[in-house]
Amino acid sequence: MADPLKQFAVKPVIPIEFGTLNLSLTNSSLWMLVCVFVAVLIMLGMARRRALVPCRTQNVPEIFYEFIHAMVKDTLGHHGRTYMPLVFSLFMIVLIGNILGMIPFGFTITSHIVVTGALSMLVIGVVTVMGFVNHGLKFLRLFAPKGLPLPIYIIIIPVEIVSYMSRPFTLALRLAANMTAGHTMLKVFAIFSIQAGVLAGLGPMLFNAAMVSFEILVAVLQAYIFTILTCMYLKDAVELH
Amino acid sequence: MDVEMIKLLAAAIALIPLFGVGLGLGKLFSSFIETVGRNPGAKQDIFQVGMIGAAMTEAIGIFALAVALILIFVA
Repeated sequence: MADPLKQFAVKPVIPIEFGTLNLSLTNSSLWMLVCVFVAVLIMLGMARRRALVPCRTQNVPEIFYEFIHAMVKDTLGHHGRTYMPLVFSLFMIVLIGNILGMIPFGFTITSHIVVTGALSMLVIGVVTVMGFVNHGLKFLRLFAPKGLPLPIYIIIIPVEIVSYMSRPFTLALRLAANMTAGHTMLKVFAIFSIQAGVLAGLGPMLFNAAMVSFEILVAVLQAYIFTILTCMYLKDAVELH
Repeated sequence: MDVEMIKLLAAAIALIPLFGVGLGLGKLFSSFIETVGRNPGAKQDIFQVGMIGAAMTEAIGIFALAVALILIFVA
């Protein structure tokens, strides 16, 4: 019987190898290119006319943009305009990657910790660099909140440092684990309905149909959570607490 | 019992925190729904805070998953 984890295997589509260096175009990078293509199609193609009164196709990119703009404005204040391109690109690539993974025979790029880890390390890198650029060494005050009794600092500083260092891991693992778990479950139930035959297989199949819609909800929700946490972390770089 | 079996058992035990995570998420969303039911106007603000809370609660589950995966594949 088919392995439900087989869908996450990275296979070369166009093998390119220089000696020991493997630069093949894999199905993962192919689907990343598809994601970029879809994002460009939505953001540039559908907003091509740039009318003051948007037509139906222009509404789609505007909904995305206004959604993220409101989120950035709420969390980062008016300093947030600097980080808008970063947050918006992250949201679009994670959302489109998650949604395109729902296409049958597709590949979910965000189910790999390599991909989400790169994204989350980018976020934490920006937070750390911009924190030091904006505040200088005062940024280290992030690990020592003001107005606590002195003995508490012995405990709170290591806890804050560990919580800061675990951020890229949780950010990456949350997205990857949610995507992997959902897709594995879909395939497990698909295997059930094949094994059960035509009549009894209808039960798992109907359940699977419901699960697909739930997975689309999870895909959108995880993209939202990734973006809102990015905003929360960037808030440390913009204003110290 | 050989080492592989004990590793798998340890990985299963490492997932016990999911009990608490499930309880926490259930509590979080039940109070979220209750609050929105009482005050539907504040849904947008509460949704944002609720999602951050859900993400923080889920982090515990992710730590448990990481420990389990380390036990299976690394240790």
